[in-house]
Amino acid sequence: MPIAVRCENLRKTYSGKPPVEAVRGLDLAVESGECFGVLGPNGAGKTTTIEIMEGLLPPTSGDVEILGKRWKTAEAELRERIGISLQETRLSEKLSVSETVTLFRSFYRGGLNPAETIRRVSLEEKSKAWIRTLSGGQKQRLSVACALVGDPDLLFLDEPTTGLDPQSRREIWQIIREFRSRGRTVLLTTHYMDEAERLCDRVAIVDQGQVIALGTPRELIASVGGEHMIHITVDEDGVETGRLADSLESLPEVQGVRAEPSAIECAVTQPHSVLPRLFEMLSSHDINLTGLTTRHASLEDVFVKLTGRHLTEQETAQA
Amino acid sequence: MNQLHTPSPKTRRYSPLREMVLVRLREFYREPEAVFWVYGFPVIMMAALGIAFRDRPIEKISVDVQAGSDAEQVVEVLSQEEVFEVAVHNEAVCRRRLRIGRSDLFVEVDGSSPRFRYHFDPTKPGSLVARNAVNDVLQRDSGREDAVAVENVEKQEPGGRYIDFLVPGLLGMGLMGGGLWGIGFVTVDLRIRRLLKRFLATPMRKTDFLAGLMISRMAFMVPEVLTMLFFGWLVFGVKIEGSLLLLTALILLGATMFAGIGLLVASRARTLEAVSGIMNLVMLPMWVMSGIFFSTDRFPDAAQPFIQALPLTALNDALRAVMLEGSGPMVIAAECMLMLAWAAGSFLLALKWFRWDN
Repeated sequence: MPIAVRCENLRKTYSGKPPVEAVRGLDLAVESGECFGVLGPNGAGKTTTIEIMEGLLPPTSGDVEILGKRWKTAEAELRERIGISLQETRLSEKLSVSETVTLFRSFYRGGLNPAETIRRVSLEEKSKAWIRTLSGGQKQRLSVACALVGDPDLLFLDEPTTGLDPQSRREIWQIIREFRSRGRTVLLTTHYMDEAERLCDRVAIVDQGQVIALGTPRELIASVGGEHMIHITVDEDGVETGRLADSLESLPEVQGVRAEPSAIECAVTQPHSVLPRLFEMLSSHDINLTGLTTRHASLEDVFVKLTGRHLTEQETAQA
Repeated sequence: MNQLHTPSPKTRRYSPLREMVLVRLREFYREPEAVFWVYGFPVIMMAALGIAFRDRPIEKISVDVQAGSDAEQVVEVLSQEEVFEVAVHNEAVCRRRLRIGRSDLFVEVDGSSPRFRYHFDPTKPGSLVARNAVNDVLQRDSGREDAVAVENVEKQEPGGRYIDFLVPGLLGMGLMGGGLWGIGFVTVDLRIRRLLKRFLATPMRKTDFLAGLMISRMAFMVPEVLTMLFFGWLVFGVKIEGSLLLLTALILLGATMFAGIGLLVASRARTLEAVSGIMNLVMLPMWVMSGIFFSTDRFPDAAQPFIQALPLTALNDALRAVMLEGSGPMVIAAECMLMLAWAAGSFLLALKWFRWDN
């Protein structure tokens, strides 16, 4: 597979007091034809990284190669071949969908028919409507349309579904899948683990400006040790919970345990054989169970296992 | 291009410059407030100032006569002249009316020598005129003969009125405001919305972007200028003495210069507040000193080198020379050179400093 995007030892330090090291030695290789996700919490350096790859931000050091070319020597050609959707671009409220897409089309030497592009993002009915009248999801699809209209080989999307409702997010995913099915390459950033899991062929988990895990969603989830997660809450606040966690860890089907004062989460291979043992342990330690859930392991669990933190604060609150 | 999914795509040519201009025009005309401020405001301003400073009919001179034995006779003599508004009051009232400016002067009729005593305040405008006019009439009535024959020719010509001075000034002001707001504000707005950065992420040529801004600005300016000139002519009879071609060239130069200054002002600003502040800072001295509403001669000599170097001073002077005096290109060459220098300097610096990102 040819490589569409390659970053080597990428670093970006914003001057200031103190200087902010947004990206600290990041390596990536995106293969042609795949949908590659950069997953990480807010502030992990995702946007800085993608903007360096997009040639909009100079790196402090390191090397970037896009479609086998470098920004310094082939900017004009690269601009024709890539499509970009930035975070938080506010398109002109009083222009129509079709006028906006046509404007972006005019910047490219070759590309799609604006009407065809609007059809691909399912905005035909809104073609004549002013952008002011569009919903958040429709605006985001229009933003993607502006990235697609040059008929790019490579699409960069920075947090394409942040802040959208579930239905709108699925619509965006559909557009991305369709683009990928034409053999094109997508690189997107996200802090939604479900987005990375369902949409991406491969995922790089970044934290504090570095890649801390890389692989297919399946491989990454498998690295947690078990495909299932058991989460219990107990009527205890410390010592007994720790002992219970130790007992659980000794079971062969349990691959990892994380204990909090009154909660335990463990990754297991076979919940049906772990659960009866768990109940035995609870009664022998004389602990009251206040809650129990089981679920499939996710990229969130990978992130938690690697960093001890959750991907988003919101999800921390839910957990 | 995927031919399978775009059967017989229209072989349309897309011109980025054309699209950029179209988009700016659409955005402008879809913003009714902006249309009003650009086109309505200068006309309203011209109407208001034209009416406020119109040449009024000659003002009456208010003369009081102090009540006394021969007061009635004096009133009769003065009343024959239309210019006087005559009233009789006692001394206290006469003094009070003079003090508060209700009368320009009061006449005290005395014995034979002096026959009349004029009370007035020579520091007040008009009071000396009143004294001389009243004295003239009373002296002639008492038998004075004119030494030589004189004739008064009263005439008022367009070209020398305040409104004639005002229209070129407002035109210059409109070009300044339009250039700074039309280019500066729009540019910063695009930057804040991250659209400049979004454009930068496409193969768009920066020259197309800038040319699009300039051309659309020129397109907005044409109706603005025509409205003002037409309104000035229709309502106030303000004529253009000089060559229309030269005036057009001058207006284009002025608009280009202020577009450059607008671009410079906007080259680094990250917020609308910042750019508004800088624009007001840039425009304020020119509003006051560049001879929009009154002549630059009113400022002291020491300030003149600064005032004459201001871009709007050069534009206003050149506009007045062409519109009011019918001057040719050689007369306004110095102003044009100064404007070219401002235009070139501001564009070069703006391009050097321009920030696409926010």
